[in-house]
Amino acid sequence: MSGVLIVAEHRQGALREVTLELIAAAKELKNAGVGPLAVAMLGSDVSAMLGVVALDGVDEIIHVPVAMDEFNGEVYRQALPALIRQRRPLVLLTGFTVDAMSYAPALAASLGLGFASDVTGCSAQKGWLTATRGLYAGKVQVQLDFGDGAPVLLMLRPGAWSPAGGFGSPVVTRLEAGVDLSQVRIKHREYITPQTEGIDLGTSDFILAIGRGVGEKDNVPVFERLADRLGATLACSRPLVDSGWLPHARQVGQSGATVKPELYLALGISGAVEHLAGMKASGTIIAVNSDPEAAIFNVAHYGAVTDLFALAEALEQLT
Amino acid sequence: MRIIICVKRVAVLSDDVAFTDDGLAVDPDYLDFTLNEWDACAVDEAIRIRDAVGEGEVVVVTAGDPDADGELRRCLAMGADRAVRVWTEALRQPDPLTVAHALAEVIRPEEPDLVLCGVQSSDALQGATGAALAGFLDLPVVAVVTMIAYDATTRTATVHRELEGGMIDVVETTTPAVLTIQTGINRPRYVTFRAIQEAQGRDVAVQVAEPFGRRAYGIRGMSMPTRRRAEMIGGNPTEIAARILQIVRGSSAA
Ligand SMILES: Cc1cc2nc3c(=O)[nH]c(=O)nc-3n(C[C@H](O)[C@H](O)[C@H](O)COP(=O)(O)OP(=O)(O)OC[C@H]3O[C@@H](n4cnc5c(N)ncnc54)[C@H](O)[C@@H]3O)c2cc1C
Repeated sequence: MSGVLIVAEHRQGALREVTLELIAAAKELKNAGVGPLAVAMLGSDVSAMLGVVALDGVDEIIHVPVAMDEFNGEVYRQALPALIRQRRPLVLLTGFTVDAMSYAPALAASLGLGFASDVTGCSAQKGWLTATRGLYAGKVQVQLDFGDGAPVLLMLRPGAWSPAGGFGSPVVTRLEAGVDLSQVRIKHREYITPQTEGIDLGTSDFILAIGRGVGEKDNVPVFERLADRLGATLACSRPLVDSGWLPHARQVGQSGATVKPELYLALGISGAVEHLAGMKASGTIIAVNSDPEAAIFNVAHYGAVTDLFALAEALEQLT
Repeated sequence: MRIIICVKRVAVLSDDVAFTDDGLAVDPDYLDFTLNEWDACAVDEAIRIRDAVGEGEVVVVTAGDPDADGELRRCLAMGADRAVRVWTEALRQPDPLTVAHALAEVIRPEEPDLVLCGVQSSDALQGATGAALAGFLDLPVVAVVTMIAYDATTRTATVHRELEGGMIDVVETTTPAVLTIQTGINRPRYVTFRAIQEAQGRDVAVQVAEPFGRRAYGIRGMSMPTRRRAEMIGGNPTEIAARILQIVRGSSAA
């Protein structure tokens, strides 16, 4: 057993950025002596994406031909065991993404792999792997290790590594994994793009975002008015959309909009990873929360521990 | 039909944290407990499907110690028909594979049509138990589901899988299948105090599972993350508001 095997992620013919981050993490492991770095790509024709993955440090790109282009977890669950048997990697890497969530843990279970998800750091010493992940909304960090005897599958948090760059010259190989499409139990039907309702958070340079801290629907208009007065665009965290208080087009985060305004004022938002994924690149982040330990204070530039209603009232009086 | 929902009693960290003497866990005195938010959505959805189909049974299952009975009874109060708690010594150090293996032991003989799990638990955030369970049961799995249309005649389910950015992938799966449920799929029903009281007298069946014999990982240690803390603004709300306005006006955004 040696080496790192990355499972590339692509959607609608385009490689997903997380794959380049996986390569960056894999290069660290390779430099720590884990062994060669291979990237597996499943799909009928991956030639258009080869150039993007052929980066410095990648030793091999393995094309696993399957006559299906839309992601299907069933195909990955069929193909990857054959690939693992053939290549015997020490470490398998996927993103902690929606696609990988529907095959990676299933593989770990059926093959009895070492496994950890939402991993934010990993290292190897003399073939021994360790990984770091958060617990309790990131308030605590856990260091994990893995017994020997089986490969370890790590699902890495998107954004935790900077994407790899620099061209390389990996060999490109083909591996038939014996996928039987007649055994695939899930069928892709169509994609539905979310409604924008004329709202484009991406173009705003000042966003006022509210979270579950606003308590109830009837309180939302207070913040709509406040955003107006301040010249900000109103945005929110996911629970407000789930509750039907604001449209999806106003949601910031992993399953909503990714924004990078000059100013991001977050009121009553705890700072869950999925929310941070959509706003942590903002120029200046100001966070207001009644919980002094809220995770949002770890990414904010300015923070205040206070009641958001009292603050909203004070802001209204001063403007 | 039979729908099984896997639920978890989750921990909420209080303001302070202390670790146990061996440094491998948080001292339980610093934790509060509740039903995982994602699982409440899954239970609600199962009840809706049962009621729409017009027959069937909704069974809630958890892997854990007797402390989790309270959360199971909460699910009974919501409208679940039956509750099962599975235990095995390995669950003293739970990881997604250990938990999923124990759950699989009790779910397999139930021969369910659908198995629903939350996408993740709010304390461990591993996003893995549901799919791992599908691995052990050799069932298809769709993760991050925001809509389920179950067709009782064809025994297939058309579901919405929510991707990054909010795009929906509409897929159809044969059943039995495992679906991991995302918040927003419904607004979980309100449970009255009276229903909770009544559920106190209901039975929780207890089963002991065979150990999996393998762990996903071992815990070497726990620590507080090194943080880049924000510059904190002190004072009363008016003083804080004044400072925030100063920052706003000082930026070119306003
Ligand atoms: C696959 C997946 C995708 C997701 N995508 C997204 C996404 O795109 N965007 C997103 O936001 N989330 C997303 N989530 C959900 C995410 O995990 C969190 O549940 C969510 O971000 C929490 O929102 P919140 O911070 O508003 O609520 P909470 O976590 O409940 O936080 C509320 C905060 O308000 C504070 N508060 C309460 N009352 C007051 C008061 N009076 N004054 C001041 N502060 C107060 C509390 O201290 C707390 O910190 C996703 C989850 C999954 C699994």
